[in-house]
Amino acid sequence: MEQRRQVEDLRLTHLTKRFGELAAVDDLTLTIPAGSFFALLGASGCGKTTTLRMVAGLEDPTEGTIHIGDQDITNLRAFKRPVNTVFQSYALFPHMDIFENVAFGLKRRGIKDVKGPVEEILELVELAPMARRKPAQLSGGQQQRVAVARALINQPDVLLLDEPLGALDLKLRRQMQIELKRIQTEVGTTFVHVTHDQEEAMTMADTVAVMNSGRIEQMGHPADIYELPRTVFVANFLGQSNLFPGRKVATHGDLIDVDFAGHTLRVPTDRTFAEGGNGSDVIVGVRPEKMTIIDEPAPADATDAATIPESHNRLAGTVVDVSYTGVSTQYLVRTDADSEITVFEQNVLVGDRCEVGDRVIVHWASEHSFGLAG
Amino acid sequence: MGFIRRHLLSLVAIIVLIYLFIPVAVVGVLSFNKPASDYNTQWNQFSLDAWTNICGVPAVCDSFMVSIRIALISTLVATTLGTMIAIALVRYRFRGRQSTNLLIFLPISTPDVVMGASLLALFLNLRFPLGQTTVIIAHIMFTISFVVVAVKARLQGMDPSLEEAARDLYASPAATVRYVTFPLVAPGIAGAALLGFALSFDDFIISFFNAGTTVTFPIYIWGAAQRGIPVQVNALATLVFLIALGIVLIAQFVAWRRRKALNAEMFEQLAARQEKRAPITMDTLSRS
Repeated sequence: MEQRRQVEDLRLTHLTKRFGELAAVDDLTLTIPAGSFFALLGASGCGKTTTLRMVAGLEDPTEGTIHIGDQDITNLRAFKRPVNTVFQSYALFPHMDIFENVAFGLKRRGIKDVKGPVEEILELVELAPMARRKPAQLSGGQQQRVAVARALINQPDVLLLDEPLGALDLKLRRQMQIELKRIQTEVGTTFVHVTHDQEEAMTMADTVAVMNSGRIEQMGHPADIYELPRTVFVANFLGQSNLFPGRKVATHGDLIDVDFAGHTLRVPTDRTFAEGGNGSDVIVGVRPEKMTIIDEPAPADATDAATIPESHNRLAGTVVDVSYTGVSTQYLVRTDADSEITVFEQNVLVGDRCEVGDRVIVHWASEHSFGLAG
Repeated sequence: MGFIRRHLLSLVAIIVLIYLFIPVAVVGVLSFNKPASDYNTQWNQFSLDAWTNICGVPAVCDSFMVSIRIALISTLVATTLGTMIAIALVRYRFRGRQSTNLLIFLPISTPDVVMGASLLALFLNLRFPLGQTTVIIAHIMFTISFVVVAVKARLQGMDPSLEEAARDLYASPAATVRYVTFPLVAPGIAGAALLGFALSFDDFIISFFNAGTTVTFPIYIWGAAQRGIPVQVNALATLVFLIALGIVLIAQFVAWRRRKALNAEMFEQLAARQEKRAPITMDTLSRS
């Protein structure tokens, strides 16, 4: 293959798409660094696919611009953009064999000698023996790889992937996640991956942007977003969270006291994204696996209670559901204030687990809490 | 009782088929007849005259060829125009799309007599000489609607992301139609063309109004029916039926062969995959 040209950033500026009154994408400004694996994560209808289609040129933006490096591609028609797409349905041409499918883009650009590059890219996706088959004769995973090869052979500046693994079963999806990541590392192209599967986004992407009703709620490294979500939507969409809506009562150094139904929960100041002074609403959140569940000690027996460090937040309640999932056990605890807490406990200990109906105390280190605007 | 109950559906189906094919069979059988009078309605004597001397009555073959020529030309034009209209209606958004959709349907729902008479009025007013040209114009007009409907159905059943993929892969709008849309819609277009040909070849009413002195096959038969229909008409009609039947059978056979080849390949793949995998046993189950 010829020398790859310098890959450049993809920049979206005030990008907006309205369908009638509805803003599918609402004033999106975003820079996707060259060579990164970028995931747009959101529920269906959040505008992630529309964003992708605008970058591909299949949808015209109502407002805003799209740049690759210094080149403005906003008004460039789809077939002139240095961008290729892997469609959700793969959209392989059913009347052409795999070789012809993959060669399609090269041929349309007037490249005569397609044999070498096509064989090379089919080698990369491990489908060389399938070159003369029709798409219908391939399995879902193989079709998926053909779709990737057909797009990548054109050496696009940006590869767009629209829910590419949605149609595959779980095991194959895991395999393809690793495969796609490998291909991306190998070719170094910018990948923009649209998905509603948070696990998929987290395992594959360097940067995840969580989208909700046409806007980006939060963007960053998957671990950073997971550990410190900034909005209620992100806290719930990316993994699970326990959220306790309360009222800010005091600040002690770098900890904030939040009153939740009579209990004081502490949350670090630098992990709190709620503005306002004492008396303002703050939602305290914590991830289920950060919590520890223990049997409530008998009133007379104070030694057990002492095992909970002073700095931990704690809430008492009753176990209402226990589900054993193999690696972990999930507890659903109803607190005395009638809110529900989900707790994940790794199955590392041998011995008795809590059972439905048990009185328990759930506690967690306050530095694992995060504070959200109420 | 049990036997009838179990085979009732087949029985009804067979009766309906017989009902449908008796007229065709009568036409075919009578093509081997040597009628006693001018009217070929009663079996008289077996004869191959009509088949060996199929153009024995010149007017029969002439009118047959006129009809074939008219059907070919009007099908070609109607299919080309109709396909383009269908692509425009399904794939592009433009002002007046909805009303075009509606107007395209009108010729299908207009009675032939009305359409034939109106067209005649139009041609007379324009002082356009009646003849083969006016028949062709009339036929294009009513077959085009059927072509649009048939091609539209095919297009609507096609995944729009296929054409998007073509555009995404550097195909200009023209190249997209040529390399992706057209090959995928081709079976629909072929079907539409066959339908258009049959409709044109078969048409009597509209042709009759606008033919002037031109004699198409249906017009000839209508005229001949007053004086006695030559046996050659039966032979030709049977021939048309057999050709149509042949086309259908070939299409079925090709489709069947393709399906069989695909199934065999799928089976092979499945078998190959199964070989690679270790069989699932209680042991593997308990380990996971």
